This record gives sequence, structure tokens and C-alpha cells, in this order.
Amino acid sequence: MNNAIEAYDLRKSYGQVKALDGIDLSVEKGKILGVLGPNGAGKTTLVKILTTLTHPDSGRCLVAGFDVVSQARQVREKIGLTGQTTAIQEELTGAENLEIMARLYHMPKKAAKLKALELLERFDLVDAKDRAAKTYSGGMKRRLDLAASLVGSPSILFLDEPTTGLDPRARIGMWKVIENLVGGGTTLLLTTQYLDEADELADEIIVIDKGKIIAKGTSDELKRNIGGDVLNVQVAHENDLTEVSLALEKLAAATATISREELIVRVGVGSRGSAALAEALRELDRLQISIADISLRRPSLDDVFLSLTGHAPTEGANPQGSNVGRGRKKSSDER
Amino acid sequence: MNASPISETISDAVVIAKRDLLVWLRVPSFIFFSIIQPVMFVLLFRYVFGGAINVPNAGGYVDFLMPGIIAQSAAFASFGTAIGLAKEIQLGVVDRFRSMPMARSAVINGRLLADTLRIAITTLVILFVGILVGFRFHDSLLEAISMIVLAIVFGVVITIVSAYCGIALKNEESVQSFGLVWLFPLTFVSSAFVPVQSMPGWMQVFANNQPVTIVVNAMRNLALGQPSGHDVLLSAIWLIAIAAVFTPLAVRSFSKIS
Ligand SMILES: Nc1ncnc2c1ncn2[C@@H]1O[C@H](COP(=O)(O)OP(=O)(O)O)[C@@H](O)[C@H]1O
Ligand SMILES: [Mg+2]
Repeated sequence: MNNAIEAYDLRKSYGQVKALDGIDLSVEKGKILGVLGPNGAGKTTLVKILTTLTHPDSGRCLVAGFDVVSQARQVREKIGLTGQTTAIQEELTGAENLEIMARLYHMPKKAAKLKALELLERFDLVDAKDRAAKTYSGGMKRRLDLAASLVGSPSILFLDEPTTGLDPRARIGMWKVIENLVGGGTTLLLTTQYLDEADELADEIIVIDKGKIIAKGTSDELKRNIGGDVLNVQVAHENDLTEVSLALEKLAAATATISREELIVRVGVGSRGSAALAEALRELDRLQISIADISLRRPSLDDVFLSLTGHAPTEGANPQGSNVGRGRKKSSDER
Repeated sequence: MNASPISETISDAVVIAKRDLLVWLRVPSFIFFSIIQPVMFVLLFRYVFGGAINVPNAGGYVDFLMPGIIAQSAAFASFGTAIGLAKEIQLGVVDRFRSMPMARSAVINGRLLADTLRIAITTLVILFVGILVGFRFHDSLLEAISMIVLAIVFGVVITIVSAYCGIALKNEESVQSFGLVWLFPLTFVSSAFVPVQSMPGWMQVFANNQPVTIVVNAMRNLALGQPSGHDVLLSAIWLIAIAAVFTPLAVRSFSKIS
């Protein structure tokens, strides 16, 4: 069998909320799958099912060829998990954290010490190995956390939002670490809220929203689908919105979206970003519309969502509240 | 379904227990709450409040006090268990353990093992301080050891209840406040620090019939060389009943946390 992970029609509800609403996916051995979605999309639920922490309500799922429900123990022998929070004991040192993990993988004391040291070296933590983990920086804690999930030499690794909350530098450091991991043939499933992260790391991406896969493909395919670069025009007066939208649609030959609150019109312009920008400036000038701002953006998750679902991923800002609402809306729509 | 072999169940629990003890030794505030604070209580009650409290027994207040303070300390130390478990669930530490090929029970068993040792150590330290300030056992070594064992078993049973709270609430702050709600009345509205007879009548009804009083009375009778059989039996029934209710509750909510 060539797939490290296979899932068929996974479903999981929490009360009214459909956290997963029919997910199918497969990841080839040695590949990286990026699971991209906003807060509340169902990413963590998916990871929990794949790592045997939660049972799906229905659907079937094989990890390393074993069923996650009936052969959980065999699955656990093969996987490593780095959850959304740093699951280390902060009062203990880096070395102690890893040694304890190794002991829990039933390594003898000596081997456990060696394994810990090897990982500390690999993750550039040797100098800090005898310091309590609570004195570590955010990036160091994440690296230690990642190291802890590698103690059992897993062939399949799950990373749930590995860079959320890190500053940009630490984030890029983490990307490097993750890229190196996969050199060794490890299969990786990583979830993220950032398109650039999925773009950077993943061979293939699935985009999920409200528990459903709304797009899948390589990052190039996705970007092609969502129209590549996005042109944003912010107008000075609300009554110009429609005219600007019509003009931009004509020059981009694509549908524009209007955000009335922000006074912004967005349109996908494919790969002709700068040419389109120049054209738009000329056209708006000709129409004598005063604009507050104009910019060109590489597609972000927001744009993926705007173009795929027609709503922004962060709507409602509060993930808990908005998710519950969205979940309800959907279940009533379906009836 | 995915049961681990017995040897693994034990060895994994031992690793977790060692880890929990190591954490306990590393954190000054844990040591403070489990050792320094009870010692301060001993001194406070012995020298500040004790003079004003009339007790019926031979040996005076210090001999009355020590069994009570040992039980109260064991009960309060169980906060650490609840908070520790809640935190580790919240941080995903427990999830990580559960995704590993180890005994799932080890997280709870290991912690209870560590807590048993911890309670034993603190009990002995408090007892030692008590002896320094005048406490004496009035009966044979057997009774003294029985009292210590009863204290430890009591501590473990309370710890199971706390563990359940920690697992069910999963949140450090709620655990703190909820812990106070049940631990305070149970330990203070009891015979631990003052004779129940000194309380208002309605309060005596509660105080006389709740498990902390019953266990403390048994411990005190053992320490003072008074007839203890009845109270020890009653304590055993209470403790077994509490453990029988809360162990399955804790196990069930633990297996559902994800
Ligand atoms: N244990 C739970 N109890 C109730 N609802 C939950 C639980 N876990 C997740 N949910 C809900 O399921 C949805 C998906 O959550 P989650 O998988 O955590 O999303 P993500 O990781 O993408 O942010 C959300 O609406 C969330 O509120
Ligand atoms: Mg999540």
C-alpha cells in the first residue's frame, strides 16, 4: 500500500456542530499534506481522529495501514503528534522532557538519554538542555515540543498549527526544521491557517471549511483556481463601489467582490498582477474616481475563502461563537 | 480493546510518577503548599489559637490537633493533583501521551502513585514537627502506624475526588475555586481543629456526620489510645464508598476528554 493515510467519509459532530462533515483524503508515503482552514474549520478534530484520540461518528480511516479505531495501538506505534498547544512539562528541563518521553516509548535508560541528546542536537537545543523549559523562548518551546513527538521515530507525523503564535522569524525557523524532517521520508500532515505556510511546506493542500473539503490540489493548482494575485481597491466614497467593481471586472475578466464596510473592491487578476495594477490605475483615473488605497496582494487564505465560499474565514472574529452559528445554519440548510 | 500488558501498565505508571514527583520537587510553591504551609498551621494552632481552645483529652490541644492537621493537609494537597491534571489536559500533554503506544491508565495511576508518596512524606514531616512542639502518641507503635496509614489512605481517596474534579473541569481556575467550595467546609467544619461540641447545634449535625470528622476521630482515637474500632470501621466504609463512586467517574471522564 502506498498511502500512509487514508480517510473515507469521516464525520464527527459535537451536538449541533458538525466538526467534520464527510472528509475524504489520502496522503502518499513521504509526502506532506497541508490542511488549510480558518479557526473552527475542523482541523484539530481531524488530527484527533487520525491520531486515535477521538473516534469518528462514522467513516473509516487507515493510518500506516491500520484502522484508527480497531487497531489504535498499532497506529500509535507509527505516529507522532505535535498538538496545537506546546505539550511539554515546563518545570522540567529540555533533556528531562525528552528522556521521559523516551522512557514512555519503553527505551532503556541509557538509550533514552542518547535519544534525548540526539534530538536536542538536531533541534539546536543543546545549550539549553539543562534549563527548565519555562525559560525557553516561544520558538524553542515549539522545537522541544516537536522533538518530543519524534522520540518514537514515527513514520507519520501530525503537526496541528505548528507556527500559530510564533513571531515571523521563529516561524521561518520552524519551517526549516519541518522541511528537514521530511527529508528522512517521514509522511507529514500539517494543519495551518496560513496559505503561505501551506504553500511553503506542503506537496498537496486541502482547504476545509465547516468540516468540508472545499478545495484540494497543489498550491499552484489552488492559486490558479482562486485567480492568483488579488487587486484591492479602496474607494473614498461608498457610491463609487459599484462603478469600480464593474470596471475591475471588465479589465480582469473575473468576478469582483465588494466589502461595503471597508469600502474595498477585490478582484483576482491571475498572474498579471503588476500589469493589471497599472491598467486599473489608468482606468480609475479616466473615470475620475478618487481612491483611498490600491494594492496588489498575493492570495491569502482570506482570498481563498472569498473566492471559494463567498465569505471571509474570520467572520465574526470570535471562533467559538461564529462556529456554533455557522454549524447550525448549515444543518438547517441541508434539511 | 487496546489493553496494555500488566508489566507496561506498571512501568509506564512508574515513569509518570517519577516525573510528577520531579515536578513537585522543582516547584517551590508546590513544596510550600504541601509542606511549609501545614508546618505553619501546626505552629499557628499550637501557639496562637490553641490556648483558647478547650479540649477534653489528655495531653492537651497539641495532641488533639495533630491528627486533624495531618488530615487537613492531605486533603488540601490534593489541590495540586487536580490543578496538575487540569493543566496537562489543557496543554495537550495528556493528548500526546494518549497518542503514544503506552498504557493510557498511566497518566492517572502514575499521578496517584506520586501523590501517595507525596502524602506519606508530608505526613511524616508534619508529624515530626508536631513531636518537636510537644505531640505524643499515647498508645503502642501499632496504633501510631495505623493512624499514619489511615491518614495516607484518606489523602489518596480525597486525591481521587480531586483528580475527578481536575479531569472534569479541565481548567486551572475553575479547579481552584471549585476545590475551595467543597474542601473548605469539609475540613474546617469538622473535628479537625476544634471539638464539634463547640459549634452551634445545626452545624454539629453536619460536622458529626461527614467523613472528615469520622476519619479524624478515628485517627485521633488511635493517637490518643482511646477506643477506636468503631470510628476506624466507619472511616473504612466511608473511604471505600467514596473511592467506589469517584474512581469510575474519574476514569470515565478521563477516557472522554478528547
Ligand atoms: N470537544 C468539543 N466539544 C464541542 N465542540 C467542539 C469540540 N471540539 C471541537 N468542537 C467544535 O467543532 C468545530 C471544529 O473545531 P476544531 O476541529 O477545533 O477546529 P480548528 O482546529 O480548525 O480550529 C468548532 O466549531 C468547535 O467549536
Ligand atoms: Mg485547531
